[in-house]
Amino acid sequence: MEPQLLLCFLLLLSTAGYMIGKRQALAVGRSARGIRSLHSRPAYHGALTALWCAVPAALIFALWLGLDSNIIIRQVLAEMPASFRELPPSEQNLLVNEIKNLVNGNVFTNEVDPVLNAAAERYIRYRSISHGALTVICLSLGLVGILAVKRRISINLRARNQVERIITGVLIACSCIAILTTVGIVLSVLYESILFFRQVPLNSFLFGLEWSPQMAIRADQVGSSGAFGAVPVFWGTLMVSAIAMFVAVPIGLMSAIYLSEYANRRFRDVVKPLLEILAGIPTVVYGFFAALVLAPVVRNTGNSLGLDVSSESALAAGLVMGIMIIPFISSLSDDVINAVPQSLRDGAYALGATHSETIRQVVLPAALPGIVGSVLLAVSRAIGETMIVVMAAGLAANLTLNPLKTVTTVTVQIVTLLIGDQEFDSPKTLAAFALGLVLFVVTLCLNVIALYVVRKYREQYE
Amino acid sequence: MEQALIRESTGRQSPTLVSRRVSRDNRQTVGDPFVADPRMTCRNVNVYYGDKRAIKNVSLDVGRNEVIAMIGPSGCGKSTFIRCLNRMNDTIEGCRVTGEITLDGQNIYDSGLDVVALRAQVGMVFQKPNPFPKSIYENIAYGPRIHGLVDSKAALDELVENSLKKAGLWDEVKDRLHEPGTGLSGGQQQRLCIARAIAVSPEVILMDEPCSALDPMATAIIEDLIDELRQHYSIVIVTHSMQQASRVSQRTAFFHLGDLIEVGATSQVFTNPLHELTEDYITGRFG
Repeated sequence: MEPQLLLCFLLLLSTAGYMIGKRQALAVGRSARGIRSLHSRPAYHGALTALWCAVPAALIFALWLGLDSNIIIRQVLAEMPASFRELPPSEQNLLVNEIKNLVNGNVFTNEVDPVLNAAAERYIRYRSISHGALTVICLSLGLVGILAVKRRISINLRARNQVERIITGVLIACSCIAILTTVGIVLSVLYESILFFRQVPLNSFLFGLEWSPQMAIRADQVGSSGAFGAVPVFWGTLMVSAIAMFVAVPIGLMSAIYLSEYANRRFRDVVKPLLEILAGIPTVVYGFFAALVLAPVVRNTGNSLGLDVSSESALAAGLVMGIMIIPFISSLSDDVINAVPQSLRDGAYALGATHSETIRQVVLPAALPGIVGSVLLAVSRAIGETMIVVMAAGLAANLTLNPLKTVTTVTVQIVTLLIGDQEFDSPKTLAAFALGLVLFVVTLCLNVIALYVVRKYREQYE
Repeated sequence: MEQALIRESTGRQSPTLVSRRVSRDNRQTVGDPFVADPRMTCRNVNVYYGDKRAIKNVSLDVGRNEVIAMIGPSGCGKSTFIRCLNRMNDTIEGCRVTGEITLDGQNIYDSGLDVVALRAQVGMVFQKPNPFPKSIYENIAYGPRIHGLVDSKAALDELVENSLKKAGLWDEVKDRLHEPGTGLSGGQQQRLCIARAIAVSPEVILMDEPCSALDPMATAIIEDLIDELRQHYSIVIVTHSMQQASRVSQRTAFFHLGDLIEVGATSQVFTNPLHELTEDYITGRFG
């Protein structure tokens, strides 16, 4: 049976299990002193039966599908002639791919090696055996589960407690998935970064002042030797993010204050969603706007003032990124300000504080932890932003204080390093992972600091 | 002793002798809502929330150095009424006040009047203690600072100390003035709020159920405090506790569904009410 079909059958079986368990519980209850004498409601007995039917079978199912193709391939290879078995690993991989293509019917040539054909047929045969075995095992496991629970059902079976324990386990497993994914991402980036740092010393990466990753990837190729000093790249990120925050924090905070404290209800109901639309615009579109509208405006303005402005400048990218971030700050801060209890405002008004005094001296300090949180969230967003800077800030890694010059950022470099056909043993490609790792560490530190700040103020205020 | 004196709410002297209590159907104020030398006067005050009339034609005086208690069942308008006295109702959307309320002869709803100055003269203490998320010292210093009442650090220190002393909190907090005010107990927080109101030297202090969130010990302390404060201020207190009203106040006003039903000396209202509704309420027949 095909795995998808098997899954449907399992679902049906566990539904049947639910019915059986529930009916059995009702029958047991009636034959005792009525349904009230059951420890748990019949629905819990049904759920327990269904869970015992579905969960073990599903676990086996997942495990089996995860492992069976590897085992089958190994078996198929082992049965091939010796000349194939002794190939180096990389060519063996190609071979395996070819066999799998044959199996899936992706045949691109007319002449197929009969040995491969035979291997593919064997593969198909083994696979159908494996699926058959899986079907038998899963369905019988489900049946055994149903029957085992059905036998145990009595008025004293603590079905509710057991179901709730199983549900707790499922919840824990779900939260573990998020954690494990993070760990997996970190490990994969870490692994490639270590490869990179074998070729480029950590010192010269972290403190080097020159970034020019172009290098010869073949012996006969003309190319520069490559320089992997990350300081200019991180400096670019820092500068663009700083410009963005200079735009976004004042505008976002003030619009939040206006919306939550001054605007009347109707105005607020219209404007707040409009502001949040800004957050929904794809960043590529912001990129167009930055490159086609804002950058020329910045350049022309600069030129008319006698300044030398690049057509792709940190200023243009930062300004547009700032606009993109406004809704993050305004919307979150607005919520935080609204959450400040009215009693605090009343207290200030009753002392004769004016509206603006109340906001500045009572409401904002009370809302500060949330505001700090929203700003730091926005910073992480700015640091990680890619498309706007790709389109508006340029690629040249300049170590400059002048926001009118072209700069580049970490994310832009990662994108350009990984575009196109690259070898994964060249430092040029691996540098992307090192950059990603450092970026990850930086944002992680920012988040930790944010949490610390927020917690510290919380303690003081509550 | 069933005889009583009734005056109409307009204040015209029209004494009528009756031999029994005023009927439940009478919605006009009985008793004497006026005093000889009032600090605040209210004449024909109406409050509307949108179309709903929450206060109906109420006239009442607040005397000097007296505690006047507002009692009545929930939703009768007593909180709404005292929030008119420092124009806190201004902050509620759709709330409209008509009639005349004066403080020292000055109409507080006059268009030329500065509401900020008014609220410095008429302080308010709320149902739930609401100290600012600042230190104890800053909580007290806040009012004097925004009104520019002091010009030196030393003077401010002294004002903070005096306010805390008047509120009976000084001995408990003098060693931790710079710790957060929110870290105090509920009763201490409420006294902190009273000290905060005192610090701007008001003439009238409005208290909206100041003890409803406190335990009996803290309540007793605050009640003693209210009695002491009477020497310097006029106090208008809303309370649900009739015992509290009879303990702390000199005069009592009974509200019912937006009408001021009866006003009189506290001892008289609680022992010999003139209106059947008042009697029903204080004997616990409704409320």
